[in-house]
Amino acid sequence: MTEPVLSVRNLKVEFPTRRGRLTAIDDISFDLMPGEVLGVVGESGAGKSITGTAIIGLIEPPGRIAGGEILLKGRRIDNLPPDAMRKIRGKRIGMVFQDPLTSLNPLYRIGDQLIETVQTHTDLSAAAARNRALALLTEVGIPAPASRIDNYPHQFSGGMRQRVVLALALAAEPELVIADEPTTALDVSVQAQIIALIKRLCRQHGAAVMLITHDMGVIAETADRVAVMYAGRIVEIGPVRDVVKQPHHPYTKGLMGSIPTIATESDRLLQIPGSMPRLTAIPKGCAFHPRCPARFAPCDQVRPELAGRDRSQVACWLYHDVPAPAELQP
Amino acid sequence: MLAFIIRRLLQATLVMAVVALIAFTLFRFVGDPINQMVGIETSLEERAALREALGLNDPVAVQFLRFIWNAVQLNFGISYQFKKPVLDLIAERFPATMELAIVSAIFSMLLGIPMGVYTALRRDAWLSKLFLTLSLVGISLPTFLIGILLIFLFAVTLGVLPSFGRGDTVRLGLWDTGLLTWSGLKALVLPSITLGLFQMTLIMRLVRSEMLEVLRTDYVKFARARGLTNRAVHFGHALKNTMVPVITIAGLQLGSIIAFAIITETVFQWPGMGLMFLRAVQNVDIPIMSAYLLLVAFIFVTVNLIVDLLYVVVDPRIRIDARGA
Repeated sequence: MTEPVLSVRNLKVEFPTRRGRLTAIDDISFDLMPGEVLGVVGESGAGKSITGTAIIGLIEPPGRIAGGEILLKGRRIDNLPPDAMRKIRGKRIGMVFQDPLTSLNPLYRIGDQLIETVQTHTDLSAAAARNRALALLTEVGIPAPASRIDNYPHQFSGGMRQRVVLALALAAEPELVIADEPTTALDVSVQAQIIALIKRLCRQHGAAVMLITHDMGVIAETADRVAVMYAGRIVEIGPVRDVVKQPHHPYTKGLMGSIPTIATESDRLLQIPGSMPRLTAIPKGCAFHPRCPARFAPCDQVRPELAGRDRSQVACWLYHDVPAPAELQP
Repeated sequence: MLAFIIRRLLQATLVMAVVALIAFTLFRFVGDPINQMVGIETSLEERAALREALGLNDPVAVQFLRFIWNAVQLNFGISYQFKKPVLDLIAERFPATMELAIVSAIFSMLLGIPMGVYTALRRDAWLSKLFLTLSLVGISLPTFLIGILLIFLFAVTLGVLPSFGRGDTVRLGLWDTGLLTWSGLKALVLPSITLGLFQMTLIMRLVRSEMLEVLRTDYVKFARARGLTNRAVHFGHALKNTMVPVITIAGLQLGSIIAFAIITETVFQWPGMGLMFLRAVQNVDIPIMSAYLLLVAFIFVTVNLIVDLLYVVVDPRIRIDARGA
């Protein structure tokens, strides 16, 4: 078996606030294999972006990684000194953010931003770095890169800017690319192009991708595996086909059920009743139980752990051995 | 770009015309200048003759147009007090004020910008807290008090710096400079600190808040995610974006430094335009007052124009808009 590019083990991220500690990520674990595309879905505030930010080591203080470990190719990176972590960012882990309109510094030419990134991670001369920048722009599909390289970000459209952002993220050939909602801010017509581009580039470069989104369509088309997050935890993870076609966790079922299809005609979209708990008030037991249509005895008492069912894993008492009634308070 | 400059020049001209009108009308209400110019023994006929000679009997509009026409030719009339052309009086005193103002502006930026950057990057360092506390003092103490305190400390108690005047000056063509002599430089220290302290604290606080703002933006986050060094992120990406609004404020402040030099010049008996203006007010010397008002307005407008042009240099987005306009 090959070694995973990225292993997240029992990761926990906390934010101290005046009213106590907020646990944004509570004990999540997953692996990412070389060349694999892992989709991460969930509602806003479920902890998807925080997970990505924690992996790349950019959690804003006072937030901090409170427990667990992150391993890149088997080596721990969550406890590295700042400068060692900085050398990994961009070089071994690339990151793409949601909004291409604000990701690029408006006062610098895109060429300067590319050359700066290339030169930070390699020993190339200025001229060689410029050639590399031109090659990158060609690769991400910027037409006539030689005449565009000295343009400023505002001279590009949204889709073109996201291509430039991708070129920047891939500038040093990272092994892992974290794409945090890379298409949310774009036109629908451009979204498909960008997703296809991310997928093609990462396959060509052999990079694994962690694709954070709340668009199930994007996940279904792009990802190999998908992790569903709810209130800071992974509730279900498995191959895309299994999770989309045969979801197990009631939350995943609800998510899939709320996707409108052309085949079934209905006046109202299905929705999961209630809303996700705030991080200050996560219920005891399974965080989803107040909204769950299938809850029973153990759900409000003991938290279910992720456990295997063939290729996928799910954290739900429906699929696990229910703890003995003695452990449950009446 | 050319269209942009021309448009700005037209705006500047309009502003100057309005200021000229205000200067002209304001000083028509100050009092009868003839009373200031002549002694009590002057006869009514002589007074009438003088009034006629000065053109004070003409219609207001004619007087205004004559005022503008003369001002354009840099002819601001003859000072009632000194019986010399106002232009010569200003030319004598202009270098003193400009040197004081420019040295204070440089002092406030050279200290204010690094202090602002430091306090933004090291928010919790004790030195940042010290800077912020001191800046409160700089903002809240009135200028004349700072001047007097500095005189007390450095001129009276320690006796290392002069408490008044410009020291020795050297004449370079039309410009009397105090920058080339040791005593001239020593004389500049206290007044320029006094004048620049408020600006320095203002710039420091502005740089700090702008920098904190910029450090939260997505492009700074993305720059970090690309593994750029802290130095490149802070001093390349963040500082350049911070400077856009700072340039505007610092530029506009240069105008007010020149205007507010009046107080500092009085405290230090600095032989500049501000001191001259105060004496002119006391003696209802209308030509000097209106010339000073026009000059200060002209400096403000010019500085504004330069700031606009600098903006274009720093921010490419404006460059494109300007080209399209």
